[in-house]
Amino acid sequence: MADGAQAVAALQARFPSAVVETGSFRDQHWAVIDPGSWLEVAAWLRDDRGTAYDVLLDVTAVHWPQRTPPMEIVAHFYSHARNDQLRLKARVPEKGPIASLTPLWSSADWNERETFDMFGIVFSGHPDLRRILMADDYTDFPLRKELPLFRG
Amino acid sequence: MPARFETSVERPDVLTINMGPSHPATHGVLRVVLDLDGETVVGCDPVIGYLHRGMEKIAENRTYLQFIPYTDRMDYLSPLAANVGFALAVEELLGVRVPPRCEVLRVICCELARIGSHLVWLGTSALDLGAATMFFHTFKDREWHYDLVEDLTGARLTTSYTRVGGVAYDATADWLKRLREFVDAMPGRIDDYETLLTRNTIWLKRTQGVGRLSAQEAISYGVTGPVLRASGVAYDVRKARPYSGYEAYEFDVPTGTEGDVYDRYLVRMEEMRQSVRILDQALRNIPGGPVNIDDPKIFLPPKSKVLTSMEELIHQFMIVTEGFECPPGEVYVATEVPKGELGFYIVSEGGKSPYRCRIRSSAFNNLSSLKKQVIGALVADVVACIGSIDPVMGEVDR
Repeated sequence: MADGAQAVAALQARFPSAVVETGSFRDQHWAVIDPGSWLEVAAWLRDDRGTAYDVLLDVTAVHWPQRTPPMEIVAHFYSHARNDQLRLKARVPEKGPIASLTPLWSSADWNERETFDMFGIVFSGHPDLRRILMADDYTDFPLRKELPLFRG
Repeated sequence: MPARFETSVERPDVLTINMGPSHPATHGVLRVVLDLDGETVVGCDPVIGYLHRGMEKIAENRTYLQFIPYTDRMDYLSPLAANVGFALAVEELLGVRVPPRCEVLRVICCELARIGSHLVWLGTSALDLGAATMFFHTFKDREWHYDLVEDLTGARLTTSYTRVGGVAYDATADWLKRLREFVDAMPGRIDDYETLLTRNTIWLKRTQGVGRLSAQEAISYGVTGPVLRASGVAYDVRKARPYSGYEAYEFDVPTGTEGDVYDRYLVRMEEMRQSVRILDQALRNIPGGPVNIDDPKIFLPPKSKVLTSMEELIHQFMIVTEGFECPPGEVYVATEVPKGELGFYIVSEGGKSPYRCRIRSSAFNNLSSLKKQVIGALVADVVACIGSIDPVMGEVDR
């Protein structure tokens, strides 16, 4: 289905300096974006008629402790008009920050809260960034790789 | 920040009340903190996480096969659908496709799960609004559905039916015959349910115009499944991005116009009819042949051979004790479960466990729209809205 291929090419043409890296696996394509351009690129992807990603399906992160910077934000977009998916990534330091997508999509609210809860990444501009799944007085970030599955 | 329980100092007319986490109408351990001005809801904060078991973390520490039982415990009203979703994601990562008979069996699983899940939704959400009769009717038929699930998989809830590259057991001819009886009876049963509710004045008054979401709002909240379709968006993963051979089936995607609780009711009722239609086609066209791929590195050999042949014994031993390896790469694979789009985003670095396994939950995103639905509504409507979202906390919290 070549998910995202067309959008990745369009991104490279529109934001040549913001696209850090591109990749694909099993015909699913993604682009790694400079975190400073995160909000601008996402807004363009939503509003441009050629990309038209009207749905923010998911926001999450992957922790790579050996890499600098170690946190990779991963967002999945879907376009109803084009029936196409796109994966967008940005690499940020341990605690971020990265711009929140809440001004563009309501779904960013809970998904970014969960990413903060699990990884400790701060989304700047999020109106209500607090834990969502873990208890309020919990101090760790469970999906970070240094945290073992069992403690004790 | 801990949630507040007292009247606000700035707004003395506003009373903050707590609903749940153990409340019969929250359908599991969902807590909702409501700010009320008289009977009108002026603030709503759903508090989730009471059923958080850290499945994404667990997945990083288990082999791919070992994670299948955990998918049972996500949406525990439709475990078969999540089983299929996870198996498809790992198969995409591996680049394998299961044989035709397996694909049809998986479609049967997904649609049985949809009917079972919608029956629980119908019974409980009607019960929440005082229509107690409904509950007894739907749970009787759901028991019939559970008998079928149990005979196919060996369990009612903890089905763990799929394997990477196949399913655990083939369906017998007798089971398919009994499924046919269920399929033939269900349209009449759905008609019966509808006579109780569709034109019932109390039901109409409690559901019409309540919890309204426009198409644009639903899309912005990442809402999928019946709730999105009730708002008029005809998005169904089975149609938009077919998997497991769904492109070969004829079925309609029902949509609503108002996006209210009543439209969600109508959409789910029609979805059950469409599921019956798909099951009917699956039963008519189910091919013979194997139900799993022939790859001893990925799929367990037949038990009879394990007991008599050295090579198969070794394969069995290796898969069970070590697991199989996936190539480095990453995939996002979505399926249409009864609640909406369930996606697995698996990052592999090679090796026997996922490096990261993100579960994109349909119920989590759908539930996030609750606040939008209830602000400005009456407190009694909150129950109707929660029921119409049909959240299952096992999948919301994961």
